[in-house]
Amino acid sequence: MFDSLTQKLSQAMKTLRGQSKLTEANLEAVLREVRMALLEADVHVSVARTFLQRVKEKALGAEVMQGLNPAQAFIDIVHRELVEIMGGQAPEHPITFASKPPTVVMMVGLQGAGKTTTCGKLAVFLKKLGRSPLLVPADVYRPAAIEQLHVVAREAGVPSFRTDVKDPVAICAAALAEAKLKGWDTVILDTAGRLHLDEGLMEELVRIKAATSPDEIFFVADAMTGQDAVRSATAFHEKLGITGVVLTKTDGDTRGGAAFSIKQATGQPLKFVGEGEKLEDFQRFHPDRMAQRILGMGDVLSLIEHAKDKIDEKEAEVMARRMAKNQFTLEDMRKQFQQVQKLGSMNKIIGMLPGLGQMKDQLASVATDKRIKHLEAIINSMTPAERANHNLLDGKRKRRIAAGCGRPVSEINQLIKQYVETKKMMGQMNDPKFMARMQRMAKMGGGPNLPF
Amino acid sequence: MGVGLLGGLFDKFKQGLKRTQDLVLAPMGRLLGLRRLDEDQMEELEDLLLQADLGVRAVDQLMARLRFELRGGSEIDPKAVLKDELLKQLRQRPARPFVASGTQVVLLVGVNGVGKTTTLGKLAAHLKARGEGVLVVAGDTFRAAAIDQLERWGERAGVPVIRNQMGGDPAAIAFDGATSAQAKGTPWVLIDTAGRLHTKDHLMKELDKIHRSLQKVIPDAPHRVLLVLDATTGQNGLQQAEVFARTAGVTDLVLTKLDGSAKGGVVVPILDRLKLPIAFVGVGEGVDDLIPFEAEAFVDGLLDA
Ligand SMILES: Nc1nc2c(ncn2[C@@H]2O[C@H](COP(=O)(O)OP(=O)(O)OP(=O)(O)O)[C@@H](O)[C@H]2O)c(=O)[nH]1
Ligand SMILES: Nc1nc2c(ncn2[C@@H]2O[C@H](COP(=O)(O)OP(=O)(O)OP(=O)(O)O)[C@@H](O)[C@H]2O)c(=O)[nH]1
Ligand SMILES: [Mg+2]
Ligand SMILES: [Mg+2]
Repeated sequence: MFDSLTQKLSQAMKTLRGQSKLTEANLEAVLREVRMALLEADVHVSVARTFLQRVKEKALGAEVMQGLNPAQAFIDIVHRELVEIMGGQAPEHPITFASKPPTVVMMVGLQGAGKTTTCGKLAVFLKKLGRSPLLVPADVYRPAAIEQLHVVAREAGVPSFRTDVKDPVAICAAALAEAKLKGWDTVILDTAGRLHLDEGLMEELVRIKAATSPDEIFFVADAMTGQDAVRSATAFHEKLGITGVVLTKTDGDTRGGAAFSIKQATGQPLKFVGEGEKLEDFQRFHPDRMAQRILGMGDVLSLIEHAKDKIDEKEAEVMARRMAKNQFTLEDMRKQFQQVQKLGSMNKIIGMLPGLGQMKDQLASVATDKRIKHLEAIINSMTPAERANHNLLDGKRKRRIAAGCGRPVSEINQLIKQYVETKKMMGQMNDPKFMARMQRMAKMGGGPNLPF
Repeated sequence: MGVGLLGGLFDKFKQGLKRTQDLVLAPMGRLLGLRRLDEDQMEELEDLLLQADLGVRAVDQLMARLRFELRGGSEIDPKAVLKDELLKQLRQRPARPFVASGTQVVLLVGVNGVGKTTTLGKLAAHLKARGEGVLVVAGDTFRAAAIDQLERWGERAGVPVIRNQMGGDPAAIAFDGATSAQAKGTPWVLIDTAGRLHTKDHLMKELDKIHRSLQKVIPDAPHRVLLVLDATTGQNGLQQAEVFARTAGVTDLVLTKLDGSAKGGVVVPILDRLKLPIAFVGVGEGVDDLIPFEAEAFVDGLLDA
């Protein structure tokens, strides 16, 4: 729906071509576009304003690096600044553990943000670190909230605290005592969703905090939140002193500007992102990816990470090495197809690429699962020698393959063409001149659609 | 003591008063109380409007209208101008009342955690209080304890809940619900559905399946499809509304969590594009916290910051 920022910026930058310095005058149109992108991504107005001021100061007079055009130089600055603000390098340890167990983690936030689900996700995450979490239901208000947490705990394979007590503060205190007694080393408190305007309920959180001295207080926020994110996050932070933020529901197409607003408003680090309803749909927060997403550059890196999780690491490494040496064969391509299919439906993958604009639609229409299956079938019908050397594929062999896999020869030709192009591109990736050429092509409107 | 001095004092006094006013009055209220606005004030107003989640385009439109009015050089009432413009966009489709006739099937849809189940509970209680029969269908068989949550609401509203197992087929239970209601002549069937992001095709197709299985029982069901939107949602609300409208046949919007500090301004561009009415707004977690949408009160909220 939104054109990518990159597209718009290139438009605004057209006038800049050939100029080697960024100046107040030539920046104006560009800054307007960036502002628009930030606002459409739900970054808070004031946060956007401050950010643009900062970027402008950095950009003014900056020499445009050799090989970059002013647009690219500017996006580079914007992107780097945003990454910096979002937290630079992700912290080594997303959770501070108490020197003397149990560690207490308290989840707080507005109604429906995803606290209860996140408790389960965090439990799974902690279990992998070798810890023994205990989940504590402290939401006595929402119908069946306690039952929900018990179910989530069961799914996560961790215990949850059971009690007849009806007071949230007492529940948390009792759970902490039980954890000490039974040796659970991490206690996760699931508090009820509440409005920051609700003074009574905010006081309740203060009392839970006083009773349990949490090591971490995570503000759980919906990635689709709009301008209100600043107000709610600030209020929770002022009342409780949150220590981190979990951003949920990033599996949709929201640009997630709320992350930026919350970070600016509280100064507290973003720790994790929720990427789905299942307990494994949970990751460490990556500032660089979030920055790209907010700017509408497509969350390509997240996709790569997601792929990496499921792809055999060793196989991927071997393939990367072969690619670098330009030894990429049809056999490698077949493995790629298989891995892509392992990732689940293409739709899920495409769904992870927000802000891709038209590209997304194109991809969706081309990259259906069926098509990949067909391509794999074609390669399956080749002999190992053919896979290693596509030059062997003459008309006769193609007809044999077509008969073997039930696909037309034209499709085989298409596959070979695609393979040759891929191989060529990979060979050129090592060549610095190549990237510059690609960028020129992109500017002319032809050629591959590169992010910059 | 000359008049000049007195006049000067008076001006100082006025200035001081204005500064106090600036501090006391809410910023939007102060700007909207002006009769002429300079560029700085226009910019400030623009920022405040953007903070209501109206979105860049809608705000541009509002600012353009203000600029047009200001061009004449005479004094204007900015609040009246903005209200007029906003009300025009919000009133394109009047809300349709919930009137019983035969068996009416109402489906609630929306992304995760917006308040579908709670809204359904409140609506059930409201219809029941009118003396009309209600059957609630537990169509969220996916989320942990979703069925228990709905059953609790059923008890609260004093209406029966029909359910199958967790992980069961929502289309099947919807079919059972419609069949049973029709057999008994129950006027209202309210169907809860699992939260789903509009980007997930397979989950959107599941809604389609619910539609088709309802239509096997009652050909023109579902009669109402309520898209529940959370007032804290930003510009993504527009995508949500577009996709749900296109694939789930949304007939009405419900805007929840308006009791918070979020203004829910994204419904303005949504209504402008999709021409849908807002049936209700949610203003709390209690059984009575569902009220009809009042465009004027809503706009006053948008312009109060
Ligand atoms: N798509 C998606 N859904 C999520 C994610 N995290 C949570 N949800 C869903 O969001 C809804 C609300 O989640 P809950 O965990 O109940 O939220 P909560 O903050 O505990 O809600 P309250 O206790 O009522 O305040 C559920 O439907 C969850 O399945 C996520 O990362 N992605
Ligand atoms: N303050 C406030 N909270 C609300 C309102 N409507 C719903 N909630 C709360 O929001 C949270 C989520 O509500 P649900 O009804 O479970 O939302 P849902 O859309 O059914 O969620 P899923 O089924 O998980 O997608 C609960 O804590 C509700 O109590 C409202 O109008 N105001
Ligand atoms: Mg909860
Ligand atoms: Mg629900």
